Amino acid sequence: MKRLVILGAGTAGTMMANHLSHELDKEECEIDIIDEREEHYYQPGYLFLPFDIYEPEDIVKSIREFIPKGVRLLNDKIEKVDAEKNLVLMENGDRLHYDILIIATGAKIAPEEVEGMKGDEWHRSVFDFYTFEGALTLRNKLREWEGGKLVVHITEMPIKCPVAPLEFSFLADSYFKNKKMRDKVEITYVTPLSGAFTKPKATAALDHLLQEKNIKVETDFAIAEVDNENKKIIDYGGKEIEFDLLVTVPTNKGDELMERSGLGDELNYVPTNKATLQSQKYQNIFVIGDASNIPASKAGSVAHFEAEILTENILRYIKGEPLKEEFDGHANCFVETGNGKALLIDFNYTHEPVEGEFPFPGVGPLRLLKESRMNHMGKLAFRWIYWNVLLKGTHIPFVSATMQESGKHF
Amino acid sequence: MEKIIMGKPIEVNEEGYMTNFSQWNKEIGEELAKEAHIPLSSRHWQVINYIQDEYKKEVPLSIRKIGKSGVVDIKEFYSLFPNAPLKTATKIAGIPKPASCI
Ligand SMILES: Cc1cc2nc3c(=O)[nH]c(=O)nc-3n(C[C@H](O)[C@H](O)[C@H](O)COP(=O)(O)OP(=O)(O)OC[C@H]3O[C@@H](n4cnc5c(N)ncnc54)[C@H](O)[C@@H]3O)c2cc1C
Repeated sequence: MKRLVILGAGTAGTMMANHLSHELDKEECEIDIIDEREEHYYQPGYLFLPFDIYEPEDIVKSIREFIPKGVRLLNDKIEKVDAEKNLVLMENGDRLHYDILIIATGAKIAPEEVEGMKGDEWHRSVFDFYTFEGALTLRNKLREWEGGKLVVHITEMPIKCPVAPLEFSFLADSYFKNKKMRDKVEITYVTPLSGAFTKPKATAALDHLLQEKNIKVETDFAIAEVDNENKKIIDYGGKEIEFDLLVTVPTNKGDELMERSGLGDELNYVPTNKATLQSQKYQNIFVIGDASNIPASKAGSVAHFEAEILTENILRYIKGEPLKEEFDGHANCFVETGNGKALLIDFNYTHEPVEGEFPFPGVGPLRLLKESRMNHMGKLAFRWIYWNVLLKGTHIPFVSATMQESGKHF
Repeated sequence: MEKIIMGKPIEVNEEGYMTNFSQWNKEIGEELAKEAHIPLSSRHWQVINYIQDEYKKEVPLSIRKIGKSGVVDIKEFYSLFPNAPLKTATKIAGIPKPASCI
């Protein structure tokens, strides 16, 4: 009897548990999944919570609801992986032997990386929206905020869902317009990149929207410090930006368990083969989702595409066959642009987002890189799809794991 | 795309980053530095050599990593290559713009 252990029951771990419980013979291989939490959080919902578009109950459900029968769910913190001995060590002292390990522990914010970020003003006038707690306290703040300088800020790349801070700015613009106080709010978008987004064509489309919505952009800003007393952020070059309300995306890192286990890079991401999703160091360890260091976007949609390929590779690994080198970095994201509209972008390791139609070439109904109401409906539908289709590991009809090139205007 | 540097055609992308590292040499580095208005000191060269070594080892570069390298701290890195140090330094070093930004 073999044992396959999945670390983390978030988006990617849950999908793998569902895929593998269909594919593996329970008589031959037992599947365990471990998470320290009891709730599954729909993180894309953190974008909508601050603006009172979603309620907390829309985005939190019990992990157990999504773990299939026949998979053992263990609720404890993972202390360490001893990869030489094939052991997972838990905080409660238990040890678990594995034959195959899937790491799906995700990424989280590390505000302590920047001097002063987690200072006196943290969750008073300095907020994150990458955690449930951050998004909720920010909602309460926004409900009573009377206006001033709103600074939306990214600390450093890579971050989960790299478009989320832009979407936040767009939604803030709509939110204050609806509250009839847009004239009292100055919105500035501050990024360490040289443009609004990481890919040039999408940047051009997004720049246009930023201008239209009167959102100022500060590029190439590498934050050194948050000055709590004078309410400003200061970069290494000496540039200063004042704020009344700072909404920042702190440094994102993999779980510290990787550091304790000697499995991570300097940001605690696990070095991973970007085509097969096997760990670069250990053949019986595979990595999926935000926890890996592959140069793909850290997004739920990416984890979904990875899960199809990783499932195939786990089956091949068990049979002793060569792994499929197929993952191409495919990502597919709706970008909420405010006022009930959204853009859709589709890209991979080699192709940047372009215009076109999705998923049917020439037809759509979704439009790539163009604002539309249909895309916004798509974004909202994503929540339903997430809970009811994605987590269960069901293939989404017409959307393939690797990117399709037809219907796109390269 | 090609660009003439020191009388030789050099392969570059639209943003002016060299796309063929084997064409790089110190003189070309000096020229690229001039274009970026940076007079190169021996400190600059230490940093450039370090990032080229990392590139050859296929280690992805980031400002954070350079700051922790022991070669230079982030503050000095900014004073050597103001505004966008990693982008400027990699351009002079003849290597692609780091893809740490996705
Ligand atoms: C604001 C925001 C908006 C987003 N919007 C989108 C979007 O529109 N579209 C999209 O596709 N993606 C979006 N994402 C990204 C998406 O949520 C993530 O990419 C996805 O959840 C990654 O899945 P994962 O399984 O790798 O990590 P997670 O879902 O974060 O799961 C990791 C799990 O591991 C557990 N864990 C970690 N360490 C330990 C430990 N030591 N012991 C025990 N358990 C542990 C955690 O408790 C967690 O349950 C967004 C993210 C954010 C923050």
